Amino acid sequence: MDKFVRLQGLVAPLDRANVDTDAIIPKQFLKSIKRSGFGPNLFDAWRYLDVGEPGMDNSKRSLNPDFVLNQPRYQGAQILLARKNFGCGSSREHAPWALLDFGFRAVLAESYADIFFNNCFKNGVLPIVLPAAELDELFAQVAATPGYKLTIDLERQLVLRPDGKALPFAVDGFRKECLVNGWDDIGLTLRHAEKIRAYEDKRRAEQPWLFA
Amino acid sequence: MPQTLYEKLWQSHVVHEEADGTALIYIDRHLVHEVTSPQAFEGLKLAGRKPWRVSSIVATADHNTPTNFWERGIEDPISRLQVETLDANIKEVGALAYFAFRDPRQGIVHVIGPESGATLPGMTVVCGDSHTSTHGAFGCLAIGIGTSEVEHVLATQCLLQKRSKTMLVRVEGPLGKGVTAKDIALAVIARIGTAGGTGSAIEFGGSTIRALSMEGRMTLCNMAIEAGARMGFVAVDDITINYLKGRPFAPKAELWDAAMASWRTLKSDEGASFDRVVELRAADIQPQVTWGTSPEMVVAIGGRVPDPAAEKDASRREGMERALKYMGLAANTPIKDIAVDKIFIGSCTNSRIEDLRAAAKVVKGRKVAGNIKLALVVPGSGLIKRQAESEGLDKIFVAAGFEWREPGCSMCLAMNADRLEAGERCASTSNRNFEGRQGAGGRTHLVSPEMAAAAALAGHFSDVRDLL
Ligand code: SF4
Repeated sequence: MDKFVRLQGLVAPLDRANVDTDAIIPKQFLKSIKRSGFGPNLFDAWRYLDVGEPGMDNSKRSLNPDFVLNQPRYQGAQILLARKNFGCGSSREHAPWALLDFGFRAVLAESYADIFFNNCFKNGVLPIVLPAAELDELFAQVAATPGYKLTIDLERQLVLRPDGKALPFAVDGFRKECLVNGWDDIGLTLRHAEKIRAYEDKRRAEQPWLFA
Repeated sequence: MPQTLYEKLWQSHVVHEEADGTALIYIDRHLVHEVTSPQAFEGLKLAGRKPWRVSSIVATADHNTPTNFWERGIEDPISRLQVETLDANIKEVGALAYFAFRDPRQGIVHVIGPESGATLPGMTVVCGDSHTSTHGAFGCLAIGIGTSEVEHVLATQCLLQKRSKTMLVRVEGPLGKGVTAKDIALAVIARIGTAGGTGSAIEFGGSTIRALSMEGRMTLCNMAIEAGARMGFVAVDDITINYLKGRPFAPKAELWDAAMASWRTLKSDEGASFDRVVELRAADIQPQVTWGTSPEMVVAIGGRVPDPAAEKDASRREGMERALKYMGLAANTPIKDIAVDKIFIGSCTNSRIEDLRAAAKVVKGRKVAGNIKLALVVPGSGLIKRQAESEGLDKIFVAAGFEWREPGCSMCLAMNADRLEAGERCASTSNRNFEGRQGAGGRTHLVSPEMAAAAALAGHFSDVRDLL
């Protein structure tokens, strides 16, 4: 996993609540057995005018001119500005894979669905929770300022606006450590292999039917 | 101090805890399917790691598999590759059980776990699928996880988790005629919203829940995730224990007695306190129909499509307007005036034997309306299919004009050939009415099996209570 320490990036706004994982990456693309290559189909049903299928040459499809991410000013965006309950729906990790593959490293929203929130951290995408009022201001500033960029300082847990205002955010200590160092969860957990084995032995002795 | 069931289950699984409360919890059962596992098995192999305990794994192919013409195999090459990848991974790694495509016990992962007795009270159950919450009906911590977590569980038998908040949803009193667990689930979501349960573990309790069958409890816990919860569960009682007795992977002989004694403790103590309590009266719950593109956009069958103009909150109003546009509906339309094109009875929410019996009871001796293009019944598993056939339910459905299919996820998410075409409207017993869920441009209305059957007969939504 790539480290995440500090990010300065272009911001793209997606002003709707309850954006679900079916919208982020529609199910027909879940047939892939790979982790990469989902970026061209991020928000597929909103982004293109036709119905996407795996194997299509996406560069030849017609883009929906009304969809915000298609506007030239948001090309190359790394930070997605969103609303509440972002990432609701299925557990598909293809959703953060698609965001990452498209180029997003961080999402700012009022709230997230739990599994999506977890999945983001596992892939080096930082989901930041901000209050609705701060998001309102950010949406207004992005709309008013072409080329609008934010800086995310994970170490200090701040989103820095171009006008100098700093928005603090919370993040679990353990998750932050993993992101900042680019640590792999499995390797970390296996440091506790002895403890896991001891727990397992005890459990097997006490509730043998679980190990039949 | 009195403890909630969640606290008991949590504490009994903590292996290690970090200073910030992130814990490693031990996983007893790992359910695996073809869509969210290939990248996990690949990751494991690339890192040169071995699975920690293969006897915890129960696998099946369900999301991509066709529901007819099984003799032809899987015709879509991309779906076939995904299913074959699972075949190969399980062959290489091993498992307690693998119900492969065309195995007589194959079925939807959340149906085959309980029916084989692989889901037991007191377990932690994970699966790379959000509706893993279904298994909570057995007094388990059942958690839907992502693919990286699937790999993590394969490699370490543990999951990194933070303790959830606790919520009690208490429903009291007898349910009215024609009102089901599905209607309770939708009524709960209508009350707390699709983000109402975020960060929470929901325990369903109260006399209404105690009176539900295991099938009904599974339907309810299945939809806890649609209320935003991390998981949903119900305490263990005689109904749980009677359901499990004699199932293939349930304990036998002395082990059964020991297990039963331990399972009996799996309930919240008297006086245990929850972070939030939500109370509903069963008598207030009517058969529900969703009208929009989120499960919280739901009303009773006698109601009307709501009018966004009456909504004060601007962002909610916009959401409603967008949903009505997508759904092709006008504000204030009576729900009963909405005509449907297709009917889907199936999915891990409502494809168990009790669901099929209830729907068959409604359609028996009647005919599907002429405007219905396709009415599908897709049993949750091969065992359910044969049970239904032995009771003659298939004949009732077919005589009425339904198609009787092979088990799988089918039109719940339309990864196989079963789907809605753009603009088509469906009465569906599944759990998600998101845009495009059942096919690009398709319009989904979530209902109970009884209400789907009633809509099939009338050609539009109608109150199943008039038919009972
Ligand atoms: S039936 Fe639907 S909700 Fe259930 S596991 Fe299959 S796709 Fe998911």
